Amino acid sequence: MTTLGKLEYIANRIRQDIIQMLLAAGSGHSAGPLGMVEVFTALYFAVLRHRPHQPDWMDRDRVILSNGHICPVWYATLAAAGYLPHAELRTLRKLGSRLQGHPHRGAVPGIMNSSGPLGQGLSTAVGVALAGRMNSARWRTFALLSDAEHQEGQTWEAAMFAADRRLTNLTAIVDRNNIQIDGPTEQVLPLEPLKAKWEAFGWHVLEVDGQSIPAIVAACQEANAIGEQPVVILAHTIPGKGVDFMERDYRWHGVPPNAAQAAEALAQLRRIRSLDGRIHGEHE
Amino acid sequence: MGERARHLRVTSDPAVMKRTPARDGYGIGIVEVGERDPRVVVLCCDLTESTRSLAFAQRFPERFVEIGVAEQNMAGIAAGLSFEGKIPFIASYAVFSPGRNWDQLRVSVAYSNANVKILGAHAGISVGPDGATHQALEDMAITRVLPGMVVLCPTDAEETRKAVHAAAAHDGPVYLRVGREKVPDLTTATSPFAIGKADVLRTGTDATVVACGVLVYEALVAAETLAREGIEVEVIANPSIKPLDVETLAASAQKTGAVVTAEEHQVTGGLGGAVAEALGERMAVPVVRVGMPDHFGESGTPDELLTKYGMRAEDIVRAVHRAKHLVP
Repeated sequence: MTTLGKLEYIANRIRQDIIQMLLAAGSGHSAGPLGMVEVFTALYFAVLRHRPHQPDWMDRDRVILSNGHICPVWYATLAAAGYLPHAELRTLRKLGSRLQGHPHRGAVPGIMNSSGPLGQGLSTAVGVALAGRMNSARWRTFALLSDAEHQEGQTWEAAMFAADRRLTNLTAIVDRNNIQIDGPTEQVLPLEPLKAKWEAFGWHVLEVDGQSIPAIVAACQEANAIGEQPVVILAHTIPGKGVDFMERDYRWHGVPPNAAQAAEALAQLRRIRSLDGRIHGEHE
Repeated sequence: MGERARHLRVTSDPAVMKRTPARDGYGIGIVEVGERDPRVVVLCCDLTESTRSLAFAQRFPERFVEIGVAEQNMAGIAAGLSFEGKIPFIASYAVFSPGRNWDQLRVSVAYSNANVKILGAHAGISVGPDGATHQALEDMAITRVLPGMVVLCPTDAEETRKAVHAAAAHDGPVYLRVGREKVPDLTTATSPFAIGKADVLRTGTDATVVACGVLVYEALVAAETLAREGIEVEVIANPSIKPLDVETLAASAQKTGAVVTAEEHQVTGGLGGAVAEALGERMAVPVVRVGMPDHFGESGTPDELLTKYGMRAEDIVRAVHRAKHLVP
């Protein structure tokens, strides 16, 4: 398998895990997690310096997820990377599980912040990056945001601060999937021109196809090379990516698939042909 | 004065009483902890002079962070700093922090067990002419309700200084509230202070008065007035709102049978609420609360406002009479 083929295989596995996790949980968010699979796969398998079996390794790159409701993709990626046993994924949202409905700091190896209420994560990431600079550390901090949470003012407080303090060790990645709970973002409270807004706040903006692992990896590398400003990567994603009846439908933001829908979704995912011609099939 | 008041410097002549703003204790305390521990960092939302964060900023510029007017951002940044091993002290007016950034203090700090220390300055009605928008009278209620949050309301500047040290040493989030005005210097460098400990300043058998902040002084004045009526009250300074020193309070309530609380805060949810909750499930004792009677403040001088809204020695005297009247 080519390297890209391996990464696509992992991404497909993560998609299948998300469907199965949500079915087992009976609640949770489908659209965002499915759309962000390539970003998480790229980060954990091609971009981050990290040690799954030493989750608190001092020199690791830090990841702060702000839109915590998409945690199914994070949990599934962490399992694929070796931070958690794969079997634990089916405990999502259950009483006593480490896999809380929204991430809780301290519960899961590899997760250092609690999140859920939108708009808080970028500030946390700024604090982490600031500490890194105070400590003369070489690791990077990645902040993952949704697009709708740009409607929260705190997002812009953090953006303003980070640019003014030249936190170039901080890279933000926005899940630009154009949906939120009540409808498309551009109908609820338009975010465009989003790129211009970030630039006005002093950030360097990169835009990528959020479903392309090579593009995401290249953008993260380019971000690392930009030394004058913090960088935000607007990852254009398709909410519900991989499942045809979910794609681009905002109504799948906060609902899980039922048994029949999950079966159809898994069948679709298993029929996908990877770049090097293989059928993904069922993952163990 | 009762025999336990040896460490006090109270005189019976208010004019002779030396007074210092409690926030001065914060300013001195953070420089002291900053000198001892390089992990201490200080953040402020555009209020460095009035929160007394300036001395630290000048002494340790590389460890001071000016946030600008963005209290939610300040709380989140502090959480992130704490996750990397820093000990952040964050300062703003109490109406803004914990007021404006309560969600952030709830999730990014308390739920995350972040080692963040929050200074709520200009708490209470004695903020004065700025008026109701700037007079925090709800801050102890909304912070003590957060699991894991320590809530402190020191008696004076020296105790505030000690509280800063205690906060820095404590593993977990701490909320520390101070008023704007000069308050009587009741304690000394050797006075005891600890999170979770109340201090019996004056012993008595007829009623218990539990007070925090500037109301501790008012309680001592009230005690002298009541003593002239033949009523001996036990005065307890209670700077640790959470965790509450229930043992000390319950022992006193058991002895006297009548309790009065006094604070520069709404009568709902602050010290009075905490004491009533704790005692109510242990014994049948009336708890009469002196504080802001479910009203917003307004512009005025601190003295006028404390008098108008019933947070003076004479109000404590009336409350003691009422509590004793309620005893079956």
